[in-house]
Amino acid sequence: MDRIPILKLGHALLVTIQVDMHDRLATALEEDLTSKIVAVGAKGVLIDISALEIVDSFMGRMLDNIAAVSRILDAETVVVGMRPAVAITLVELGLSLSGVKTALNVERGMALIQSRLEEFNADDED
Amino acid sequence: MAANETTNALAELVRDNEKEILPEWLELQKRAGSLQTGRITEAELSQQSAEFLHLLRSGLAQGGGEVASSAYAPAREFLSNLSRSRALQGFSPTETATFVFSLKQPLFNSLNRDRRLAPAELARATWAFSILLDELGLLTFESFQKSREEVILRQQREITELSTPVVKLWDGILALPVIGTLDSERTQVVMENLLQHVVDDSAEIAIIDITGVPTVDTLTAQHLLKTVSAARLMGADCIISGIRPQIAQTIVHLGVELNVISKATLADAFAVALRRTNRAVTKVKSANGEDAKAKVASAEKGE
Repeated sequence: MDRIPILKLGHALLVTIQVDMHDRLATALEEDLTSKIVAVGAKGVLIDISALEIVDSFMGRMLDNIAAVSRILDAETVVVGMRPAVAITLVELGLSLSGVKTALNVERGMALIQSRLEEFNADDED
Repeated sequence: MAANETTNALAELVRDNEKEILPEWLELQKRAGSLQTGRITEAELSQQSAEFLHLLRSGLAQGGGEVASSAYAPAREFLSNLSRSRALQGFSPTETATFVFSLKQPLFNSLNRDRRLAPAELARATWAFSILLDELGLLTFESFQKSREEVILRQQREITELSTPVVKLWDGILALPVIGTLDSERTQVVMENLLQHVVDDSAEIAIIDITGVPTVDTLTAQHLLKTVSAARLMGADCIISGIRPQIAQTIVHLGVELNVISKATLADAFAVALRRTNRAVTKVKSANGEDAKAKVASAEKGE
């Protein structure tokens, strides 16, 4: 079974979804991501869905779940690159992903995570 | 075939009496006020009338009393075009329908003048003419109505497109002045429009200004919130501005919770947007030091 690669960038994890997500793949990603966050002590998770054209309610809930799990493990989830059509679909489905931070592209998402990491560093220095 | 004989006789009658029917018909149309509005000249009217009479005659000769038959196709097409152009010119429905219906009297008159016809034949011919002209009249009306509906639809589309512009206020700051009522269909257009602009201009903040929205009910509020959620999913923050006092009261009375940043005016919202993007508006001294003009300075660019 193929898996979605999770890249480590310092204290952040980068997930780029480039294939059509089916439910098994999504659950596998959730599990992988959870163990990876713990393993590397990540403070931020960036999920790039710019290549994703179809998002159903299951995918929407999965994103919400990942965000909730990450928050418990002290990592912030940022979903980036959502297409307009996908955004409209999710809203129509009633999924506003209120627990998830969003950004327009990877660059801005990274900036969000970076600012959080800087806060942590500042706290450490205190 | 009695029916065919009748219509053949009618076709002959029209052909033989064309010189009398046409002026009489024109006179009636003029009396009905077709020329008074000045939308059509007398020459045009007489040309149209003569053409239609000619088409009607060939229809009668070939197709009998069946308006739906192919023999009447030219006549039908002519009437449709006439009604369409009249609808676009702003003729009233009555004025348009008069064109066909006013032909009845001259035709009946010429029937009456024809001494060859027996009373039974006369009655049959009158009836046939009456039916024929009624059907053509209905056709006129239908195409008139259709053209008017087309005009209305086109205007509706134009209004929808016109009234949902997305304005770029600054790098990464968009404004969406909503004018008119927000119904489901328009929300869809507004939302798609806004999201596309968010992508194109890589906007961080979108200001939805509802100064031009006359009333906000629960449905409108829901549509607004949907737009805000969708923009947020794309990574753009929304600010709602231009909520008038009465509307603010209505929203509270309805128990709608707008969990969005809202500001009274577009200026306030813009100020917030600038602050969020690390920019500020400062006053600068002009060259002669006379007075200070407000200038937007971009902190990033150090202007």
